[in-house]
Amino acid sequence: MKFAIQVNEGPYQHQASDSAYQFTKAVLEKGHEIFRVFFYHDGVNNASRLTIPPQDDRHIVNRWTDLAKQYNLDLVVCVAAAQRRGMLDDNEAKRAGKDASNMAEGFRISGLGQLIEAGIQADRLVVFGD
Amino acid sequence: MDDMEGEGTIKKFLYLNRKAPYGTVYALESLEVVLIGAAFDQDVSLAFVDDGVYQIRKNHNTKVDSGIGMKDFSKTYRVLEDYDVEKLYVEKESMEERGLTKDDLIVPVEIMDRAQMAALMAEQDVVLSF
Amino acid sequence: MLQTVNKSPFEKNAMQSCLRLSPQGSAVLFYEDGVYAAVKGTRFESQIKEATQQFSVYALLPDLEARGMRAEDVIDGVKTVDYSGFVDLVADNGAVQAWL
Repeated sequence: MKFAIQVNEGPYQHQASDSAYQFTKAVLEKGHEIFRVFFYHDGVNNASRLTIPPQDDRHIVNRWTDLAKQYNLDLVVCVAAAQRRGMLDDNEAKRAGKDASNMAEGFRISGLGQLIEAGIQADRLVVFGD
Repeated sequence: MDDMEGEGTIKKFLYLNRKAPYGTVYALESLEVVLIGAAFDQDVSLAFVDDGVYQIRKNHNTKVDSGIGMKDFSKTYRVLEDYDVEKLYVEKESMEERGLTKDDLIVPVEIMDRAQMAALMAEQDVVLSF
Repeated sequence: MLQTVNKSPFEKNAMQSCLRLSPQGSAVLFYEDGVYAAVKGTRFESQIKEATQQFSVYALLPDLEARGMRAEDVIDGVKTVDYSGFVDLVADNGAVQAWL
């Protein structure tokens, strides 16, 4: 079965990203497919490669990156929500004339259409938020 | 075009709005999904439940000079019709317990009781919750 | 349908709205702070017991355990699941509605 995941909150502040991660991992371990993980609202902050959690804590961003690498996941960050919150990849930074970008490996920026498409293509959409 | 991969499939999408505007960004960013999603020609319904009813209350005033200085997006609900988003539902108890009537709302909506709302939810393929 | 509730019933109305509006026969999963609704001895216990007549009610065990509770602390009629069980609930119950 094909699952799509929506993550509406950033790392650490809410459990949403943790729950979404544990759920996504369980989906994959059971042999199902993840069509896409879409990060919206403050969820875009899960893609910041500048995140530095304490050493004895989980690294939420790296955990997503690693899972994406292992299972070839499509992690999509909403461009409109990302721009508002200062989350940029190299292209967006260049286009907007900013001097830095902060997108972690394994994530890509795209439009809200990717969320709708995920809703259409996947058998289930599961939303994690606050 | 990647965004149009879902063309041809028509699913029932429900946007479940349960949060008040301005205090958090969910109402505004939910509306942005609705507007983008309209291009996908899906069977879309919007439900306003709990504090979500406040999103479509009349007479929002957010002027920069005398007010909170945020964008008043309530007028956008009026143009949804132009996007062929025409099924707007308000749950009766949520509206009434907030002391509101249909006349207090900025757009024409259908009022639904518990049972009707439950039936609407039961027929959906995808529920986007904000 | 699968209904998910991740808020404490003491803080938010998510559980109340879920129980009021969910189609009969839905599965209801309490997770994150939502699990506080599923344990014995709170003022919501009778309401949850009643809900088990209309819905299949579940609580996510890892969230219960994280908060100092165990499987035997949940109200009779409420089943506990792990993340794998959460996935099965989604697969088996059609559309998912999150009461955020």
